Amino acid sequence: MKPPPFEYCAPRSLKDAVELLAADPSAMVLAGGQSLIPALNMRFAAPSRLIDIQHVEGLKGVVIEGGNIIVRAMTRHRELELNDEVFRANPLIRETMAHVAHVPIRNRGTVVGSLCHADAAAEMPSILLVTDGSVVTESPRGRREIPAADFFQFHMTTSREPDEIVVEAHFPVLPQGAGWAFEEFTRRHGDYAIAAVAAIVTRAGATDVVSLSACGVASRPIRLTVCEQIFAAQGFTDASFKAAGEAAKEYVTAPDDIHATNDYRRDLLASLVVRAVEKALTRSR
Amino acid sequence: MSRAKIRTKLPTKSADPTVDIELTVNGERVSAEVSTRMLLSDFLRHELGLTGTHVGCEHGVCGACTVLINGVAGRSCLTFAAQAAGCEVRTIESVANKDGTLHPLQEAFRDCHGLQCGYCTPGMIMNILSSFNSSAPLDLSDEGIRDIISGNLCRCTGYQNIIAAVRQAAKAMSLG
Repeated sequence: MKPPPFEYCAPRSLKDAVELLAADPSAMVLAGGQSLIPALNMRFAAPSRLIDIQHVEGLKGVVIEGGNIIVRAMTRHRELELNDEVFRANPLIRETMAHVAHVPIRNRGTVVGSLCHADAAAEMPSILLVTDGSVVTESPRGRREIPAADFFQFHMTTSREPDEIVVEAHFPVLPQGAGWAFEEFTRRHGDYAIAAVAAIVTRAGATDVVSLSACGVASRPIRLTVCEQIFAAQGFTDASFKAAGEAAKEYVTAPDDIHATNDYRRDLLASLVVRAVEKALTRSR
Repeated sequence: MSRAKIRTKLPTKSADPTVDIELTVNGERVSAEVSTRMLLSDFLRHELGLTGTHVGCEHGVCGACTVLINGVAGRSCLTFAAQAAGCEVRTIESVANKDGTLHPLQEAFRDCHGLQCGYCTPGMIMNILSSFNSSAPLDLSDEGIRDIISGNLCRCTGYQNIIAAVRQAAKAMSLG
């Protein structure tokens, strides 16, 4: 349980960090380290160099601007969770954050780091996806914005190029009066999700909008588009809840594992979709 | 049959890349040249001799190695010593009073039998102290306390007595 040797550097400017990463294809970026250091301790990863970005100027803090909560790369989970302005702008974030590991991990781990690690069962990627958020990267080729739908490719794989540093995540502010819910099932507090569902319900009379995402059930976080369409077409009736639950089952591609069988996850996801939409609905205005 | 040679002299210096760090540990300035891959837990224990910080799983699950980094609980096994440069680190050795009398939280653990073997206790104490100092509201219901200590595993107590200790300490410290 000791990491392999590596070169270490702690640049002060983003320009230096970008240059260092571009110069060494087997270097990795270190932010909070709460996913990367376990991977190193278990020797799943062996980078030639770690580029510690904690001292890079301009990568700390959160701002709410232009309808987005802009989370910079060194923002720790706990900082975002306890931020009252963020809670008012998008309460789904705080509700979800309570499921991300434990407080001591959230004190050190960063939100952007978790998005880049992109575990298929991790909670925050599914929030970026359900809110139609995005990440912003910096590389020698300049800045680039990647929508969440394109960013998460596979378990622990994103569309970030090797020379790109993700400098921001943009979580859209929820529409006025929108209801929200995050429902997760794990065997132990703080574990990765066996299955979890994020829901946002925006009431607009004849055109209610339901956004749904899930994690833990496929090779990456997914949008439950068919379920969203069922609610959009049929409204919120016993029949539409039942149909959406059944439709959700088809999204489960995770094979049987030590935690759950495929069948179990299918039933679980159906229940979580119903539970999440019901809760989001009661919170909507 | 060839036999491996017994090495009589160990290398005096590691071939690892190193980094110079300066940090504050329990109020004292410390500077050292450390291997880039040295974990903060190993730095505290092996380099500084602060063996009160225990090492359980070394991948962030058990919580035994929890220390305060700039006032908030963090896993010292998931932090490189190099990352702690410039930080203020506090370990279990700094918790009791200078005259050797116990901190109210330690006192409560003793009163309530919140420990048996004691392996998890330093991590528990540092994590709970961090919650006591946090700006987040302190929930002293059973569920709230279970949430606070959910990141620390204890194989002895069954947790009930730790929950009682947290509540007693919070009361003694006029918290919540």
